[in-house]
Amino acid sequence: MTRERLFNALLLAGLVLVPLAAQAADEPFTITLATRAVILALAAVGLNIALGLGGLVSLGHAAFFGIGGYAMGILASHAQSYAPLAEWPILIEGTKSMPVIWLVAILASGLAALVIGALSLRTSGVYFIMITLAFGQMFFFFTISWAAYGGEDGLSIYVRNGFPGLNTLAPLPFYGLCLVLLCAALWLFDRLAKSPFGLALGAARQVPARVAAVGLDPTRLRLVAFVISGAITGLAGALFADLNRFVSPAMLSWQMSGEIMVLVILGGVGRLFGPVAGAVVYVTLEHLLGGITEFWHIFLGLILLGIVLFARGGIVGLVAGRGGGHD
Amino acid sequence: MSLLELHDVTARYGASQALFGVDLALAESEVLALMGRNGMGKSTTVKAICRMIPAGGTIRFDGRDLARLPSHRVARLGVGLVPEGRRCFRDLTVRENLVAAARPGPWDMARVTALFPRLGEREGQVAASLSGGEQQMLAIGRALMTNPRLLILDEATEGLAPIVRQEIWAAIARLRTETAMAILVIDKSLSELRAVCDRAVMLERGRSVWTGDMASLTPEIAERYVGV
Repeated sequence: MTRERLFNALLLAGLVLVPLAAQAADEPFTITLATRAVILALAAVGLNIALGLGGLVSLGHAAFFGIGGYAMGILASHAQSYAPLAEWPILIEGTKSMPVIWLVAILASGLAALVIGALSLRTSGVYFIMITLAFGQMFFFFTISWAAYGGEDGLSIYVRNGFPGLNTLAPLPFYGLCLVLLCAALWLFDRLAKSPFGLALGAARQVPARVAAVGLDPTRLRLVAFVISGAITGLAGALFADLNRFVSPAMLSWQMSGEIMVLVILGGVGRLFGPVAGAVVYVTLEHLLGGITEFWHIFLGLILLGIVLFARGGIVGLVAGRGGGHD
Repeated sequence: MSLLELHDVTARYGASQALFGVDLALAESEVLALMGRNGMGKSTTVKAICRMIPAGGTIRFDGRDLARLPSHRVARLGVGLVPEGRRCFRDLTVRENLVAAARPGPWDMARVTALFPRLGEREGQVAASLSGGEQQMLAIGRALMTNPRLLILDEATEGLAPIVRQEIWAAIARLRTETAMAILVIDKSLSELRAVCDRAVMLERGRSVWTGDMASLTPEIAERYVGV
């Protein structure tokens, strides 16, 4: 077993055992913290597909995170008020069913990623960063002005959505659901990275002209990656909104995009478990340092600076050595 | 009918014009040498065919005008390029380089590694760690994995040790005899080109100035246009 695999296995074991121990010790807050870490990790796994595999520095992923969040918020609020979403041409009612909400979140954020990606991927480098940021801000200001769903104040949901056969109001079953979805996303990332599609995507990051010379369209490869990436981040958004039972424009802010990117860079760009390591460290620091000072981001900034300067493979690279991902 | 036809092709890099009128035709199964001194437009002609740079004039492949096609569509029509300088995907392994390019057809991993056994031995090694000759073999293998109807080899033996060059030329000779693939070879090694090519086209200052079969390529013509 390589060091990276051992590290991944230990991290996964920690994610399974810590909440179980917290349950035994009757500390639900620890489970909620772990849930937050797992959901943020899921969002970052999404970004890692675009950033790690495709080399796409997107500063607009909060848009997908927020679209997923609002998909949950809108469906659940209509279910709560018994008012249908639409009556014409077909009757669409709200729902409190998690699987349906996840599906809508995935489809809505995937569609948004398709449109944003199709336009943004015409550019590259700093222009790509700026155009994704611009789209993110566009969605952000749209939600601020969307009075029907709370505008700037956001939207509260009073009851957590349901999953067949599980009591999702209890912290542990909800955590379990989030962890299963994170594992599914990690499995997908791994399969993608090793598939001919992932290899071609990695090659397109290195020498796009040569990928075209073997008959593959680099833009299409990137667009597919961007859509999958956006859809996963959207799913994370729906879970995040369910965790907090609240959705607001803050989920779509550019700071949120930066936060998701920090998770990936902190853990290791392109590494399978990089986003997970990044999210666990981030949430732990937020909890520990946040209790000492509200300016805890200063310490996070220093750590990030250290990682970027001295450990460019992120936490996973630091533990397991260079080679798996890319800088 | 020719598989590849270029008529009065022009191309420029910004303000400076590189091609002033290139004509050439290549039939199915034919092996054609594109020759000329450095800077005469050989690689630019290849880039124009593969639509890596905009070009004027007419370029037809299998009767189809390539003018409006993007680069990857040209490759999908069946144009396999082995670029100058090899340009393998450095971070991918030998196997990954080949798999990433694979398209359905008779050329697969087994056939490529049969042509270049060294690639089979180094299957799990990243391309960046291969020797220059092995990278060249990988670049040819990668182009073959796209199952092309036309293989373009741009300076495939440049800068390689004599023994590796021999291996590459032997592989090209095998491709000529064992497949129906058309091949466009750019190289300066006249004796090797004579052994594998049917015809040659000479370029001078961005124009095709001489076309003929290898038997009619006299030492005087070679001296005049290639300097060897």
